Amino acid sequence: MTPTQGTTQSPAEFFGFKDSRSVDGTDTRAVPAFVFGAELAELADHDERIVVLTADLGRSNRATDFGARHPERFVNVGIAEKNMITLAAGMAASGFVPFAATFGSFAALLCAEQIRTDCAYPNLPVRVVGHHSGMSMGFYGTSHHSLEDLGMMRCIADLAVVCATDANHLRALLRLSLDHPGAMYLRLGRGRDPEVYDVVPELELGRAETLRDGSDLTIIATGSEVHPALQAATELAAEGLSARVVDMWTISPLDRQAVLDAARTTGGVLTVEEANVTGGLGSAVAECLLDAGLAPRFRRHGVPDEHVPVGPPAALYAHYRLDGPGIAAVARELLTKENAA
Amino acid sequence: MPTTRELAEKARFVRTETVRLTRIAGAGHYSAVFSCAEILAALYYAELRLDPGRPDLPDRDRFVMSKGHAAIGLYPVLADLGYFDPAELDGYTRLGSPFGDHPDMKRIAGVDFSSGSLGHGLSVGVGMALAGRLAGSDHRSWVLLGDGELAEGQIWEAAMSASHFGLGNLVAVVDANQLGIDGFVSDVMAAEPIAERFAAFGWGTQRVDGHDLDALLAAFAALPARGGTVPQVIVADTVKGKGVARMELSPDWHVGNLAGADYDDVLAELTR
Repeated sequence: MTPTQGTTQSPAEFFGFKDSRSVDGTDTRAVPAFVFGAELAELADHDERIVVLTADLGRSNRATDFGARHPERFVNVGIAEKNMITLAAGMAASGFVPFAATFGSFAALLCAEQIRTDCAYPNLPVRVVGHHSGMSMGFYGTSHHSLEDLGMMRCIADLAVVCATDANHLRALLRLSLDHPGAMYLRLGRGRDPEVYDVVPELELGRAETLRDGSDLTIIATGSEVHPALQAATELAAEGLSARVVDMWTISPLDRQAVLDAARTTGGVLTVEEANVTGGLGSAVAECLLDAGLAPRFRRHGVPDEHVPVGPPAALYAHYRLDGPGIAAVARELLTKENAA
Repeated sequence: MPTTRELAEKARFVRTETVRLTRIAGAGHYSAVFSCAEILAALYYAELRLDPGRPDLPDRDRFVMSKGHAAIGLYPVLADLGYFDPAELDGYTRLGSPFGDHPDMKRIAGVDFSSGSLGHGLSVGVGMALAGRLAGSDHRSWVLLGDGELAEGQIWEAAMSASHFGLGNLVAVVDANQLGIDGFVSDVMAAEPIAERFAAFGWGTQRVDGHDLDALLAAFAALPARGGTVPQVIVADTVKGKGVARMELSPDWHVGNLAGADYDDVLAELTR
């Protein structure tokens, strides 16, 4: 509960990434860094239930912004993530709404059992915040990547799984989460996600946001991949291809209607995620389609089932064609006859 | 305050009810209840600040059964105190019953936390104690641990954080019954010296005979006043299977059914 001084470093700078490019290669030095701590500090002015926990990563995830304003409601457990998640559940059982934040890899993979047994099973309002998700930790390597978290978290009953798209979207998620009765996994990027929402959107759990309409195909993206998906749609439009872009921030519950509409009213479905394609967004969409008896042109695009090589984040996104031009290329492949289902 | 004799009757009730429920289910962790029967009796009938009519009372003392497999011994106590109709236990473990081998806080009045996965409960207690302090309550958070459970690393994460945060209203009781599933804790993965280890983590410690009700009550009375800053552990030396000669310190009686002659013999021995 010791207050920690706030930091002015962005989460990415904190880990030494001189390269300020985001997923899509644009310079994001002007993009606001993590609003996580600051937004919760605002909300906590009017909501006494909010407490924030971290495991010696407050300078990385900017939980310190919360701690500076509400030191009595800031808990740093040190490097002990399992204790943090279960401790948060104990606080939730006493009426608080705890936000417990650490790297996605440690939150979802190390603490999967604590999340299931101590948070989801008792249906407690714990918000597990997995930040620096996907491979955004770049050359820090597999130990610091969370490419499996979407697949792992979405198969836990009574656990909402949501992905933040940008700063305004994260603000909306944090506000929305306050009234959610059960447990929630919030998947955040590395805090320099380019702007997709110019205002804080009104979100409803289970309802995806359609950001651009189109008819030739639908790109269903989540989290950090929404912005490059929009870039890809712009690139495709210049070639006469009309792509719908759906921000499927709500992984569980999935917006099934948005998926079925995409299959029925556009020429194909392309899912894009900064995650292992096994078990993640693409798998969820595939299950939804087949359960409904639909088999459109379809492709899961993300990180293949492998451990990623060493490299700076932007280089890794290009390597896996998860930047705008890469997604556009994959979309063209999907729409060619050879790749028809 | 009930007499020692009355508490001993409650401990006997915990054991006989556990035997009865084991037969209903066809399986149960009876011997792990027999080791903590006096602890449960002393806590629930003489120590915990509770109101069975108001199970959600904010200032109630919390009890987290970290060794959740002993829930079969907790349910009869909660029923006896009036949290629910004792007849509900007749359907113990039947399809859809609130009562399984491990406790479910969503469905059972009086259960403060769901448990079953060993090593979690002390962290829950730390969270409840932090929450209590934040809410301005002086309630205590009690956690019942096993000695075999102390091999779980998360216990020591929690122990470290409890003293760091100065949680004097957190009290752990270790049911040191000496046995795990595969044999003696000292052989499988030694937990001793338990009290010294907690002391090294910044805890206040006491060590008592966990089957001696007077000693348990004295240990409770010797706890620092509510609102202190040093978490407390009571290491209770117990015997797994206590009360049934053939089960005492025998790894052959960890879990299972008690049927036919076994059932009659065990019940006769417990009610002698």
